[in-house]
Amino acid sequence: MSGLRSFVARRLLLGAVQTGTVVVLVFALTEALPGDAAVALAGDQPDPARIEAIRETMRLDRPAYERLADWAAGLVRGDFGTSLVSGRPVGHYIADGFGPTLVLAALTVALLIPAGFGLGVLAARREGRRTDRWISSVTLAVYAVPEFALGTLLVTVLALRLGWLPPTAVGYGTDLLAHPSALVLPVLVLASRPVCSLSRLVRAGMIDALGSPYVAQARRYGVSAARVTWTHALPGALAPAAQHLARTIDWLLCGVIVVEALYAIPGLGTVLLDAVAERDMPVVQGLAVVFGTVTVVLNLGTDLVLRRLAPRAGVAA
Amino acid sequence: MYDERLPGLRRRGFLAATGAASLGALALAGCAGSDDAGTDKKSKGDGAPRRGGRLRAAFAGGGAGETLDPHKASLFADAARAKALYDKLADYGADLSAQPRLAEKWEPNASLDRWQVTLREATFHDGRPVTAADVLHSYRRIADPRQAFRAKASLEPIDLDASRATGKRGIEFVLKRPTAEFPNVLAAFGAYIIPEGASDFDRKPIGSGPFRFASFTPGRSASFRRFDDYWEGAPHLDELEFVVANEESARVNALLGGQVEYAHELDPTTARAHEGKGRIEIVRLRNSAMQAFCMKTDRPPFDDPSVRQAFFLIADRRELVDGALSGAGVIGNDLFGKGYEYYADGLPQREQDLDRARALLKRAGAEKLTVTLDTSSVAAGFTEAAGIFRDQAAKAGVTVNVRMGSKDSYWADILDNGTLCCYRSGAMPIESHISQRLLTDSTTNATKWKHKDFDALYQQAQSTRDATDRAAVYGRMQRRLYTEGGFLIWGFADWIIGTSKSVKGVVAEAPANTLDWARFDKVWLA
Repeated sequence: MSGLRSFVARRLLLGAVQTGTVVVLVFALTEALPGDAAVALAGDQPDPARIEAIRETMRLDRPAYERLADWAAGLVRGDFGTSLVSGRPVGHYIADGFGPTLVLAALTVALLIPAGFGLGVLAARREGRRTDRWISSVTLAVYAVPEFALGTLLVTVLALRLGWLPPTAVGYGTDLLAHPSALVLPVLVLASRPVCSLSRLVRAGMIDALGSPYVAQARRYGVSAARVTWTHALPGALAPAAQHLARTIDWLLCGVIVVEALYAIPGLGTVLLDAVAERDMPVVQGLAVVFGTVTVVLNLGTDLVLRRLAPRAGVAA
Repeated sequence: MYDERLPGLRRRGFLAATGAASLGALALAGCAGSDDAGTDKKSKGDGAPRRGGRLRAAFAGGGAGETLDPHKASLFADAARAKALYDKLADYGADLSAQPRLAEKWEPNASLDRWQVTLREATFHDGRPVTAADVLHSYRRIADPRQAFRAKASLEPIDLDASRATGKRGIEFVLKRPTAEFPNVLAAFGAYIIPEGASDFDRKPIGSGPFRFASFTPGRSASFRRFDDYWEGAPHLDELEFVVANEESARVNALLGGQVEYAHELDPTTARAHEGKGRIEIVRLRNSAMQAFCMKTDRPPFDDPSVRQAFFLIADRRELVDGALSGAGVIGNDLFGKGYEYYADGLPQREQDLDRARALLKRAGAEKLTVTLDTSSVAAGFTEAAGIFRDQAAKAGVTVNVRMGSKDSYWADILDNGTLCCYRSGAMPIESHISQRLLTDSTTNATKWKHKDFDALYQQAQSTRDATDRAAVYGRMQRRLYTEGGFLIWGFADWIIGTSKSVKGVVAEAPANTLDWARFDKVWLA
């Protein structure tokens, strides 16, 4: 067990370093961009005196390393700093944006896992037959459609033509669960592509596993087909699927910008877009920390699961 | 409960004609119902206003960084919300002339450098009267040197230290120089009146506007309720909610799906797809955004007036409007402010004339000219306009190299750099356009138009008391700009709004950012 503990500690340390690097990188890259928040805020009134005043009010006139150090010191105290634009704490931005994104991600994953695994297993068991060909071609086709196009299509047909669902979540704010109908389309769009990739991965893994000597052996012992599928073959196919799932959750949590914009959902993606547009550095940095942390934790979790599932395969870091 | 107290009286006439006494009477009588002195102009065919209901309006917003501090307003959404909660002393009419709002009247002295402003009887949402002290407090807050409020530059002509209250509702503004167009200052973008001592703008904003605060979540929604004691009569709507949807398709979909009744800022293609189809109404606010190419007149090749004239003649304005604005606009005549007060509409419409352009270039020794045109995706139609103009210039033998710039710093970059760039401007009085962009000491003089005699004409206009004489001076200045200025103004874009069929009383003759634009106290739900 101590091996596991030191593995977790090593991974956490590595994760912290990775997150820190991401933040410094984001800071450096934004510094390197032309213009700054003051110029972006001045917009089409670039009166030099006004830009200077904005710069001073925002305390952008201080050297970059000083601002970075200040911010990093605050971070240690759990203080994400304050927004340049509104003066509100960055923590509030993140807390507010997290809710909707989390709801979307949780629902999408709840739909994704049964649908992805179910379709994959079904296709693998019917390999080469009509069901398999159907599943394979439909998943490939849907996977090829970008979110924006699919989202627009679904809105046009299901919301505007047929009137079954609300077209956007405009005005519902963070309380999305109180308006479940507004969540149907975003979740469908979000799940559509991962379901396809996941089911294809599961299918491929399952076919390998079903053709493997240990499954053949299990069959020779007379184990039922269902048991062979679910308890012998599926775990072998899980490893790549679990890694893929972690990446998908990460992608979902880090703000699914297109879907949030299309359905006017005020999640992390929207917060990020606005912050980038206004050069609101503290908010961008705060989000970078959150995204970095989420990625690290999720990957750590996956690695632990994989260690449990396929200990012999070793762990790919 | 609709009560037509002043039938047939137009708001303009109403404001000009009514004195303090009748206004006092109106304020007393007006509490019971709404006076609709202005609606006859705009509600053509809309029937009688109905009271009640909630209107939801979708705007592109500033995300979680939004604030209800009216002096920080910089986006259209900010301005619309500020307009619902607060008042300015004056606001712009459809022709961008200043119309009295909280100021009931203004009176200059003979030399136009002292203005006596009288406030109308109005109350803030908490019942306190609007006083001269509130006005001075608001203006001093805007002008605070430690802050960077947008209206600060507009208030610059006022000497706030010397200005004082002459009574509860009287203010004497002392100006640094004669300013005939001083009411424009009172109407400046963001010059809202807040109560003295106001501080908590996001949780408990108190204004004197037609709606009072109900709730606000930055980046999502702001909801307001009718203010029954509004000085101009209570709004028809019970409630007004602003929701934020930055993506244009989200605004359109929300409107089509009945989630909102008003969607601000739509694309021309969207407008064409839905105009006259019966599902929603499309309102086009004409003359809202000037579209131009801006030539730097202080450096080659544009320091030669013949080259500028040649460029004026190269542009096929119709093609630019059709291509870059998807046809949603009207062609320009190289002058700012088509249809606005003092606009020189007597000058002949400039047409493309490639032969004359070539001849002019030849005379200037600028054949086979190559120039770089700076553009960026900072505004709709910029990159398209650059491409179209490049092709038009090629026909006159001019090589235009289009250079894409950064979106974030575009306006600051083009101010001093380059020679030719894409430019646009929202609606403002012609006087403001001149003072901000065309005087030697203008802060955003992108054409580097610096002429002492032109400055002198502006000073002359500002110290001319008589409006007709002043118009003549503006006419001279515009003729000069028309012949040899640096702005190649090829069009004016429409501002497109979508409303549901039930929304009535939306004024079409209101360029974006004028009084009747996004004015929800005069709108009702049928």
